Amino acid sequence: MANLTKTNRRDFLKIAATASGGLFIGFYWSGCDSPKMKVLTNEEILLNAHNFNSYLSISPTGDVVIYSPNPELGQNILTSFPMVVAEELDADWQKVRVIQANLDVEKYERQLTGGSGAMPHSWERLRKAGATARHLLVAAAATKMNVDASTLSTSNGEVIHKESGKKMGYGELVTDASKLTAPEEVALKDPKDFKIIGTPVKNVENKNMFTGKPLYGLDFYREGMLHAMIQRPPFGMKIKSVDDAAARAISGVTEVVTFKNNVAVVGKSTWPLMKAKKLLKIEYEPDGVVESTFDHDRLFAELLNGKTAEVKRKDGDVDAAFKKAAQVITSEYQCPFLSHSPMEPQNFFAHVQGDKVELVGPTQTPDRARNDTAQLLGILPENITVQITRLGGGFGRRLRADFVTEAAELSKMMNAPIKLTWSREDDMTGGAYRPAVRYRFQAALDESGNMIGYKLRGVGINAGNSTRENNFPSGAVENVLIESVEHKSAITTNAWRAPITNFLAYAEQSFLDEVALAAKKDPVQFRLDLLAKAKASPVGELQYDVDRMIGVIKMAAEKSNWGKDANVMQGFSVYFSHRSYVAQVANIEMENNQPVLKKIVAATDCGIVVNPTGANHQVRGGIVDGMGHAMYGNLTFENGLPKQKNFDTYRLIRMKEVPEIDVHYVQNGIDPTGLGEPALPPTGGAVANAIFKATGRRLRSQPFIEQKEFSDIKLQIKRA
Amino acid sequence: MANYNLRINGNDYNVDVEDDTPLLWVLRDHIGLVGTKYSCGIAQCGACTVHVNGEAAFSCTLPVSSIGSDEITTIEGLSSEGDHPVQKAWDEVDTAQCGYCQAGQIMTAAAFLRKNPEPSMEEIENAMNRNLCRCGTYHKIREAVALAAKLK
Repeated sequence: MANLTKTNRRDFLKIAATASGGLFIGFYWSGCDSPKMKVLTNEEILLNAHNFNSYLSISPTGDVVIYSPNPELGQNILTSFPMVVAEELDADWQKVRVIQANLDVEKYERQLTGGSGAMPHSWERLRKAGATARHLLVAAAATKMNVDASTLSTSNGEVIHKESGKKMGYGELVTDASKLTAPEEVALKDPKDFKIIGTPVKNVENKNMFTGKPLYGLDFYREGMLHAMIQRPPFGMKIKSVDDAAARAISGVTEVVTFKNNVAVVGKSTWPLMKAKKLLKIEYEPDGVVESTFDHDRLFAELLNGKTAEVKRKDGDVDAAFKKAAQVITSEYQCPFLSHSPMEPQNFFAHVQGDKVELVGPTQTPDRARNDTAQLLGILPENITVQITRLGGGFGRRLRADFVTEAAELSKMMNAPIKLTWSREDDMTGGAYRPAVRYRFQAALDESGNMIGYKLRGVGINAGNSTRENNFPSGAVENVLIESVEHKSAITTNAWRAPITNFLAYAEQSFLDEVALAAKKDPVQFRLDLLAKAKASPVGELQYDVDRMIGVIKMAAEKSNWGKDANVMQGFSVYFSHRSYVAQVANIEMENNQPVLKKIVAATDCGIVVNPTGANHQVRGGIVDGMGHAMYGNLTFENGLPKQKNFDTYRLIRMKEVPEIDVHYVQNGIDPTGLGEPALPPTGGAVANAIFKATGRRLRSQPFIEQKEFSDIKLQIKRA
Repeated sequence: MANYNLRINGNDYNVDVEDDTPLLWVLRDHIGLVGTKYSCGIAQCGACTVHVNGEAAFSCTLPVSSIGSDEITTIEGLSSEGDHPVQKAWDEVDTAQCGYCQAGQIMTAAAFLRKNPEPSMEEIENAMNRNLCRCGTYHKIREAVALAAKLK
């Protein structure tokens, strides 16, 4: 088909897999290519490199190869994991090369991206990996220099004997060092001596990303592979009949196959499949309950008032507290389904050959990809390899492996290597959404405005437990009742960045604003008073650290000049999720009598900040994500099918819609507690509370732009 | 099927494809230039942005039959060493998270700065508003475009 005259396609598409597995990440931008010094290829380095552990090899040239096991989807783990190893190794960062490791359940634990957990989980083992190798290099140098190891220090890839001024590079020592037995215990650095951690080390993939190198799953091509796309049914429907004649007639389509309620079109390139898929005439019929958004609104009302709910937490006597209350505040909050919509649609490569399978692509859970494929095909997981490409975003969608098993199943059926591509429309209509949820909050206040009772019932569609029952304000209130009701639906749902808390935080923080107002208390002081109570006399189990939460609240108040400027209408919000704490203040100013959202100030406690650039990306990105979806995100259903199918109707936030974001961190020196998600949950509440302060309009449903309370506010967003 | 001669990044390519095949898929599936990304396919997100005679264009909705002798530039051809001022600025600012949209962002920025070498922040925002970034790197993109204008 293609007749290439200038370039060799194979050369463009080669992704170098190493002998020991994994993808090389070349990240030299410039400068290293000195004409005097030959820069070795990655393969040349690895050929003679000595392997110290699962994370680290060093070559006699002094080049350091660090394996990064967890999938990279923009959280910057491919840069920050190696930084931690290199720190304890005292490596010369200029000589570090990074490899995205393949799935290897023997070498690595928790090789997944989700729950903001990679750094907290791996922090110590990454440090030990570097420190152990450093220890062995020092021991080898002590023998070679004939001095005591305690007289040696390390810096920038060298072992130094201060007294004599002698230095040996790691490359000179690596052959001897790798023969020594690793110590069982090794000393780690005092964080105050960190030289790499805490510095803004650039993303190791910058050059590849900014010059268009093949990095992502969709960029993976294999000689002889077939492309495939799938038409999936509406939720709750099954195929009644398929007329694929028109689709088959499209030039470039080699096969149309119906399997498991799907119709797949297969061919030699992508475009004919996109055309053919539109020409499929598929008739569907109900297969159980077929739902629409209209049904869900009715359902929420029923279940919120229903007699049955799962009690998640009960403290004290809630009925008595509400009976004796001077004031009861009741409020309901609702959110719609959301699509994850990573910029790279779902896709995967699979090649099934007998009882062996090769999988390549973007997954947050390579182990699940492997196990689900093993189960589908009835083969052993050990017979399946998973090569992890870079992910063009994930947001939780790639925790599932549905797109992996589809590719594997088609590869088996077609007896060929298959690259399965979901179109944007497939990605948006093919399921696994942030669940729609409705909450009812109730607070009982005594005559002095103290919250003596707190009730929350959450009703979610395939949301599991829609509450976080042991999170604030639980522990700070004597009488608490937290309940959850789940409605089972054919509409599939999945973890969506900061699962549950991505909306619960907004609802709760808006409600607490309402309660503070009713109690005639300043919203910040109201929260601090509750936390003082939780600290002095905690009620029941607490899953949050009171001092860390107080820390971010005070920092956000201070950095935002909370309450000090009458011309700035501020909204406050604070949330604990995934081990970290973030407080935010949104600032609205009136210009020509119209509200202008100008700034969001964030105070974050995620422990030690490994890479400030990466951390700022996660905080700003989380805020943009939280704000964009609170303002615009809406996926609605009609007869089991999403009405929004692409970015023309499913609105994502754009550049002109983000305010200035001011980022601060609590410096407490504790081990990193994760940052991929925690900045997102507080944002909607901070913005909604500022809008209330500025306009008196309380927004109780998302997306804001579709609420009548919002429609005539004419909120502008402008950066200073 | 028809035969097309295309001028891409200063090289000549000859491909046999259907007339309605978007340039995006010619680049990716037939020529092997995968730096230009597929994301929405309906000219809404900008991930597929290339230059057509120096102007930013959405390649996902540009049929190969409409190209003729137009000069196409993709991210791979923006500079020979990855040292176009916009690429350098993107590195300096450390702009990306997942990075999937960034090639399109860079192509939009490069075409914009050629026409408007000394833009105001407002002009930068107006120009870049057509490109989506799901990770929310908008602050960094804005900063990088402003820096690129200075680097020239």
